[in-house]
Amino acid sequence: MTQAALPRQNATDNARPSDSLFMPALYTGLGVALLATLLWSIASGRFAVPFAKVIAILAAHVVERAPSWTPTEAIVVNVVRLPRVLTAAIAGASLSLCGAVLQGLFRNPLVGPQTIGISSGAALGGVTVILLAGFGTLVPIGAFAGAAAALLAVLALQRSDSVSPVLTLVLAGVVVSAFCGALVGVVTYIADPESKLPDIVYWLLGSFASATWPKLLLIAGWTVFASAVMLGMRWRINVLSLGDEDAKTLGVNPSRDRLLLLTAACVAISAQVAVSGTISWVGLVVPNLARLLVGADHRRLLPVSALIGAIFLVVADTLARNLTAAEIPVGIVTAVVGTPIFAVLLRQATRSSAA
Amino acid sequence: MITVDKAGHWFRPEHWLFRDLSFALAPGKITAVLGPNGTGKTTLLRALCGTLALREGSVSADAAIGYVPQALNAGHAYSALDMVLLGRARYLGRFGVPRQADAERAFECLSEVGLAHIATQRYDRLSGGQRQLVLLARALATDCRVLVLDEPASALDLANQGVVLRLVRQLADRRELAVLFTTHHPDHALGVADEALLMLRDARHIHGPIENALTEANLSELYGVPVRRVDAIATDEVATAFVPLYGLRRAASRAEAS
Repeated sequence: MTQAALPRQNATDNARPSDSLFMPALYTGLGVALLATLLWSIASGRFAVPFAKVIAILAAHVVERAPSWTPTEAIVVNVVRLPRVLTAAIAGASLSLCGAVLQGLFRNPLVGPQTIGISSGAALGGVTVILLAGFGTLVPIGAFAGAAAALLAVLALQRSDSVSPVLTLVLAGVVVSAFCGALVGVVTYIADPESKLPDIVYWLLGSFASATWPKLLLIAGWTVFASAVMLGMRWRINVLSLGDEDAKTLGVNPSRDRLLLLTAACVAISAQVAVSGTISWVGLVVPNLARLLVGADHRRLLPVSALIGAIFLVVADTLARNLTAAEIPVGIVTAVVGTPIFAVLLRQATRSSAA
Repeated sequence: MITVDKAGHWFRPEHWLFRDLSFALAPGKITAVLGPNGTGKTTLLRALCGTLALREGSVSADAAIGYVPQALNAGHAYSALDMVLLGRARYLGRFGVPRQADAERAFECLSEVGLAHIATQRYDRLSGGQRQLVLLARALATDCRVLVLDEPASALDLANQGVVLRLVRQLADRRELAVLFTTHHPDHALGVADEALLMLRDARHIHGPIENALTEANLSELYGVPVRRVDAIATDEVATAFVPLYGLRRAASRAEAS
C-alpha cells in the first residue's frame, strides 16, 4: 500500500475540527456545574447556611482562619450535609457509570442496573439482614452477598443457552429480579410492623438521610475501585458492544472481559444500595442523556455519564429534603423525574427501530 | 498462509455439511465459495476465523485473518472512523485505549476504501454500500494478511457491487492479501476470483481454477437449475453472466415464428 493511493494523507485534516474544543469545554462545564451543585446543596435546607459561610467553613479544612460562623453552622455543614451530598454525588456517578457500562455490554439503551438483577439482589440481601439483625453494619455485607448471588444466578441461567448469550442474559436478569422482588415481599410481610418494617420500607425506597462519614468512606472505597476497572475498559466496551461473534473475529475473547465488568458493576451497585437503598432510574436515564450529548463512544460516554449522574442525584436529593416539610425518599424523586424521561426515550427507541 | 485439511462439520449428528474439504489460500490469490443455502458456507468461514471448532480435520493459519461480516443491521452509533479503529483491538490490551498512531492507521484504511470523507459520520446512518466498505476498512486495520468476506456484495446495488469487487481485487494485488469470499453470484466469482470452491449438497465439493470450476454443467448441478453462460463483449471489457433458466417466461417470438 502506498501513501499516494490515499485520498488524504493526514488524519488530522478530517478529524472533527470541533472536537479539540468541545470535549474539554464539556468536561470543564460539567465539573463547574457539579461543584456549584454541591455547594448549593450544602447551603440549602431547613437550616439555611449562607453561601459565603459554606465556602468559608469548607475552606477552613485547608487554611487555618478565625471562624466567622457559629458552631451550629459548622456542624450542619461538616457533619450533616457534607457527607450526605458527597454520598449522593458518588452514588449518582456510580449508578450512571454502571448503567452506561451495562447498556454497552448488552447493546440495549433500555438496560439499567435493575435489569440484570444486581439491584434487586442487593436489596434482598440488605432487607434480609435488617429483618434478622436490624439496621446496622451488616447491611452492606448482606447487600453485597445478595448482589453477587443474583449475578451468579443470572450467569448460571444464561449458561444453559448458547444461541444468543446477550439476550438470554437480559432475560435471566428479569427472572432473577422477579424472584428477588418476591422474596423481598415475603420479608416485608413477615417483618415486625412496629420495629423493623419502617426501616425496611424507608431503606427500600432509597434515601441519603442516614449518610455519615463512615458510610461515605465505605461507598467511596468500593466505588473508586470498581470505577477504575470500568473506566479503564472504556474503549474495550466499544469492542464488546459489537457482539460476541464480531469481537472474537477482532481477536478479543468477550467472556472474561464481560465477567470482569459485571463484577465491577456488582461491587459498585451493592456499595450504593447498602448505603442508600435502591435508587431506581438514575442508571438507566442518565447514560441516555449523556449519549445525546457525546454520542455512543464509551471513551466519552462513561466519564460524562458519571459527571451528569453525580449532578442529577445531588439535585434530586436536595429537592427530596427541601420540597416538603418532611423529607421524601430520594428514590421517589428519581422515579418521578426518571419515568417521563424514560417514556420519551422508549418512544424514540421504538420509533428508530421501526424506521 | 491458510491450509484447510480434510475439514468436516455437522450440526445434526452425521448430517455432514461438508467433509474431506482440503484447500489452501495463497498471497494475492482470491478464492470464491459458492453453494446453495445451507451447504455450510458461513460455517466454513467461522471455522476459518477460529470462532467454530470443526468436527473433523483442521485449519492451520500462519497469518492474521481479517473478517468482513455482512453489513446487515444498522447497529452502532459510532463514527465510521471509530468503527474502523475497533480493528486495532487485538493490539491493545484489556485496558488499552487507541493512540494517535492507531487513529492514523485507521484513517489510512478508511482512505484505502475511498471513504476518508465520511470519517466523522455515524456508521448507522451510512448507506449499505458504505457500511460494507467501513467493515472492509476495519478488517484492513487489523493488519491482516488474509481477508475473509461473507457475501460482500450481496446486499448492494449494481454499481456498488462493482465498487466492492474491484476493491477486493485491488487489495489482493496491492497488499498481497490472500482472500476468500462467499457469494451467490457466479459472475462475481468469475469477475475477480482466481479459484472457486463449489459446495454441493451431500457434503461434496468441487475445487479448482475459476474457469475450470465455473462451467455450465457444474453450476447447473450446484444449484439444481439449468444455468447458461452469457458473455457480453464491450470495447475494452468482457463481462460474463450466468443465467439460470427458471422457466418463468415462454420464448414467445420463437413459438410464433414456428
